[in-house]
Amino acid sequence: MKTKVLAIDDSRTIRNLLAATLEEAGFEYHCAVDGREGVDMYPEIDPDVVITDINMPNLDGFGVIEELRGEGINSKVPILVLTTESAPELKARARGAGATGWITKPFDDASLIFALKRVTGAAA
Amino acid sequence: MSGSIQDTFFEECEELLEATDEGLTAIEGGDHNPEVVNAIFRAVHSIKGGAGAFGLDDLVAFAHRFETVFDEVRSNRLELDGKLVQLLLRSSDHLSALVEAARDGGQIDEAHHDTLLAALDEYTPDEEEDLTFEPMGLGGPAPMMDLGGLGGAPAAPQEETYRIRFQPLKEMYGTGNEPFFLFQALRDMGGLTVALDENELPGFDAMDMDESYLAWDLVLVTKEPRSVVEAVFEFVEGLCELSIAGDGDAEAEANALAALDAMFAAPPVPPAAGSADGEAAAAPFEPPVPAPEPEAKPAVAEEKASAPKAESGNQEQRGGPKPTLRVELERVDRLINAVGELIINHSMLAQQIANLNVSDTRDVETELEGFKNLARDIQEGVMAIRAQPVKPLFQRMARIVREASAATGKTCKLVTEGENTEVDKTVIERLSDPLTHILRNAVDHGVEKPEDRAAAGKQTTGEIRLSASHRSGSVCIEIRDDGAGVNRPRVKQIAIEKGLIPENAELTDGEIDNLLFAPGFSTAKEISNLSGRGVGMDVVKNAVTGLGGRINISSAPGKGSTFTIILPLTLAVMDGMVVSVADQTMVVPITSIVETMRGSDDMINSLGADGTLLSIRGNFVPICDVAGALGLYRESDRQAGVYLLVETETGQRCALAVDDIHDQRQVVIKSLDGVCGEIPGVAAATILGDGKIAMILDPESIIAASPTAAAFDTERRLSNAS
Repeated sequence: MKTKVLAIDDSRTIRNLLAATLEEAGFEYHCAVDGREGVDMYPEIDPDVVITDINMPNLDGFGVIEELRGEGINSKVPILVLTTESAPELKARARGAGATGWITKPFDDASLIFALKRVTGAAA
Repeated sequence: MSGSIQDTFFEECEELLEATDEGLTAIEGGDHNPEVVNAIFRAVHSIKGGAGAFGLDDLVAFAHRFETVFDEVRSNRLELDGKLVQLLLRSSDHLSALVEAARDGGQIDEAHHDTLLAALDEYTPDEEEDLTFEPMGLGGPAPMMDLGGLGGAPAAPQEETYRIRFQPLKEMYGTGNEPFFLFQALRDMGGLTVALDENELPGFDAMDMDESYLAWDLVLVTKEPRSVVEAVFEFVEGLCELSIAGDGDAEAEANALAALDAMFAAPPVPPAAGSADGEAAAAPFEPPVPAPEPEAKPAVAEEKASAPKAESGNQEQRGGPKPTLRVELERVDRLINAVGELIINHSMLAQQIANLNVSDTRDVETELEGFKNLARDIQEGVMAIRAQPVKPLFQRMARIVREASAATGKTCKLVTEGENTEVDKTVIERLSDPLTHILRNAVDHGVEKPEDRAAAGKQTTGEIRLSASHRSGSVCIEIRDDGAGVNRPRVKQIAIEKGLIPENAELTDGEIDNLLFAPGFSTAKEISNLSGRGVGMDVVKNAVTGLGGRINISSAPGKGSTFTIILPLTLAVMDGMVVSVADQTMVVPITSIVETMRGSDDMINSLGADGTLLSIRGNFVPICDVAGALGLYRESDRQAGVYLLVETETGQRCALAVDDIHDQRQVVIKSLDGVCGEIPGVAAATILGDGKIAMILDPESIIAASPTAAAFDTERRLSNAS
């Protein structure tokens, strides 16, 4: 069974980069173009891990985490925040919302995969 | 792979820059909707993110500053006043320039870059840290280390034993972190033994299901450096009690512990019970420096290599504003070509049927009519694929006007209309240079200085209106400024000085205005920064005529000038008049024909040795024999005059003498480029219904080559002068 990743990012470039890296590493890749779509897609995809951007239209990354951790879905799914900011406040805020970890943009492939493994136990 | 992703990035940049421009224009127009600011912030942020991935440092640095200002605006710490909006507009222009430079490898204006950075800095709070924007390792296994290189690796890493005490706080379980996976990651690094410490587990009755009671003692034997081991716990830092003790020599350990303590602001063991959740979570944390040369794990490398490709990015097309399809231009061209053949094929069929001499062809003709309509529908559909709104082009022009205004110290605003007018992609691309030139001129020569405007009772800000519209099968682009208009005495004076017209020439206002298009004409007193780049309006005119279009100027002193560019909708099909000349069938573009007429002998007058003039309603127009101009031999005498009255760009009229007029129809333009080069008098070719090739004439160059027309022109000017 491949590990299913749901990536939520409004930048086509970042989605393409993620797709290339993750598919190369043997993950099953799904993506959404904003937070709203990501949360809506979540039940259907039922991913093993979510990677979300913070700055997005319609619903931002914090909103994604809050909704996924919220009553309706009540998910324990690992959520990695993909962000250009490395400020401690941001990490604290993401974690406060229930994020599992964070990846700093630009990411290098090995670090991304390493982070995914640490939160999913994926063999890939 | 990454090459094509980089292409995507630049494409995306264009969209994002458009969104930025659009947002800023809305703000400039007084729209203070917070969502507009948010959208710009996100656009710039995305540019920064992508640029970071490709190591475009200049772009990243500038986008970061730019974005920071928007962040200030977004959080209401900064007010968007006029001055700031102008700065943001200029910054947005510069961002475009940086993207272009990154894509095409061009130079950027360093001084301008620094000025803008400094200006933006004034609006931002002291930058908390220098932005280092390089792929940051999370301390994971070192990226590219293939096994073959192992032998050559300097100083093979020593095995080390780490004793790890790990006790999660209950908060950790709310973040989706799972101890088991952390242990797995450790196990992948070497030998791992795990011992569960359940001493703190209370009796079943006393157990609080939300509390965390378990702790683990782990022993890891690994060649990975300490930083990699620590990185495993990166996400749970502050959410657990953690100690990592190495068995290395005491000194090294002391150093490492000191480093660790420095890294984790809160002392790792033992934190005060209450403080761990709140404060420690916010503790500053720097990602550890990636380990120098650790050993790559064979398992990962192999899996990477053998990992089957997951189904490719179908997902990518989901969502987004409008589902679109990226197609190579060449495929569309092929389709357009095929449709052209279809249209030609239709006329061939029609001709064949007519030649059959069957008495009742009504049914066939009905079907043929249906065929024709379908072919036309397909043609329009295919043309629509290439059609694009002029909006991006117009937005770029706003930038040109801003730059030109800044360079000349004038204040001008560009008002655009009809941005959604669609034009063939090629036409849009080739319009960019002419428009740029006209707009620069409009700012430099058209619009007056603010004080002069005030003196003339005008608003100090000049207005340049750029509009696009469809006009009976053509596209009309109009550039109208509210400046001083063409300075006709001066234009005439310069033309005389340059020997373009005789000193005593009497010219109509329109003729004087048209002198601006004459080769070698320039009104600039001195070569300014903006104009005088050796490009004149004649180049603009050539570019427009090269597109099969026309350009006209009209001007009113003190009120401004208007340039009107009329272009064909597409470069593939045009309306033409089918004529015969010396037994050859030819096509004349309908756009250049003013009227067609049959002339009688008494309308013809001689001029000089063999020149002839046609008298039309009291005016004389030179007659230009097309056959003669093309060097064709006519077997039989030409039937008494069939004329096409055409008008050139300079407003000069000429009667093209042809043998007969057959038909007016749409023809498919087949370029002669690359087949037989440039032929004077011939613009292109087409294929007719009978399968024969017909030349599409270029009236402009035929007239230019006609001695009669030239002689008449001189004659007319002289007689005007006398």
